[in-house]
Amino acid sequence: MKLDLIQPFISAVDTVLAETMETPVTIGGLKMDDEGYRKKGVAAMIAIKGAIEGRVILDVEPRAAARVANYLAGEDITLDEQAMRETVSELANMVIGNAVTLLNDRGSTYKVYPPELITDEQLAREGADTEATVLSFETQHGNVYMNIAMRYFRRRQRERNVVAVS
Amino acid sequence: MKQFEALTRKKDNQPVRYLIVDDSVFARKSLAKMIEAFGGTIAGEAGDGLTAITEYSRTSPDIVLMDITMPQMEGIEAVERIVRDHPEARIVMVSSVGYQDNILAALQKGARHFVQKPVKPDALYEIIRYVLSDEGVTAPA
Repeated sequence: MKLDLIQPFISAVDTVLAETMETPVTIGGLKMDDEGYRKKGVAAMIAIKGAIEGRVILDVEPRAAARVANYLAGEDITLDEQAMRETVSELANMVIGNAVTLLNDRGSTYKVYPPELITDEQLAREGADTEATVLSFETQHGNVYMNIAMRYFRRRQRERNVVAVS
Repeated sequence: MKQFEALTRKKDNQPVRYLIVDDSVFARKSLAKMIEAFGGTIAGEAGDGLTAITEYSRTSPDIVLMDITMPQMEGIEAVERIVRDHPEARIVMVSSVGYQDNILAALQKGARHFVQKPVKPDALYEIIRYVLSDEGVTAPA
C-alpha cells in the first residue's frame, strides 16, 4: 500500500488522539498484516468509497478508551461495555472523518459510512483475503491500533477488466 | 469543564434551547455537557436526520447542532428539509468530515456554520455566539 494513502490517516489519528487523550502520541510501529490481525481491545470498522476504496479498523485498548471517554463526557466516568463501544465508535468516526477531510482537500471526493463494531470472527473473515497495514499509536494512557486496507478505485477497475478479458 | 458566560436569547434573556442530532450517544452527551457549560438547555435529541425533522417541529429549538454522517437520513438532507419548513432555523453542522465541498453543501442547504470534531468547547461557544447574533442570520442560498 502506498504511503500517500496512509499518511492522511496517520495525521488524523495524531490530531484526534492528541486532542481527546490530551497527551503526546508516538507511532510505535508499522507492519503488514499478513498473518491475520487479532484485536487488542474494542474495534470499529469504517468503510470508505471514492477515488480510493477500502476500510479502516480502529482498535482501542480499554485503558485508552477510558481516557477518551472521560474527554468526551467532560468528566471522569466509569466505563461499562456499552460506553466503551460508544467511545470507540465515536473515536473511529472522528479519525476517519478527519482523514477523509485531508483526502478530499487534495481534490477527490470520498464517502464514509457510520462505524460498525467488529468481533474477532468478523475480523478473521475481513482479513482473509485483504492486504492491510497495521499502525500502532502509543500514548502513556494506552495504545490505539489502526488496521488499514485501501486501494485506488481505478486500479481495482483495471484489474477487474484484465480478469474479464483473460 | 470550563464554565462560560451564559448565552441567552435576545428576545427574553432566557437560556438558549438546543436540539442535538448525532447517531452517537456519546457525542450527544459530550455536546450536552458543553451546552450546560454555555448556560443552555436541551430541547431535544435525535439520532438521525429523519427524527431531527420531527424533533425540530416538536421542540422549536433556538439552535440545532447537527452531525452529517448518520443512518436513515444524513445531516445535510435534514438541514435542507428543516430549513424548507422553518427558514428561521439556526443549524450548526458538527462533523468530523470537514472538507470544503461538504461544508459548502451544508451552507447551501441552509446551515449557518460548521465545526469539526473533535469539538473544542471554546470554538463551539464562539460559533454559537456568532450564529445567535444578528450578523449570524443569513438567508439560505
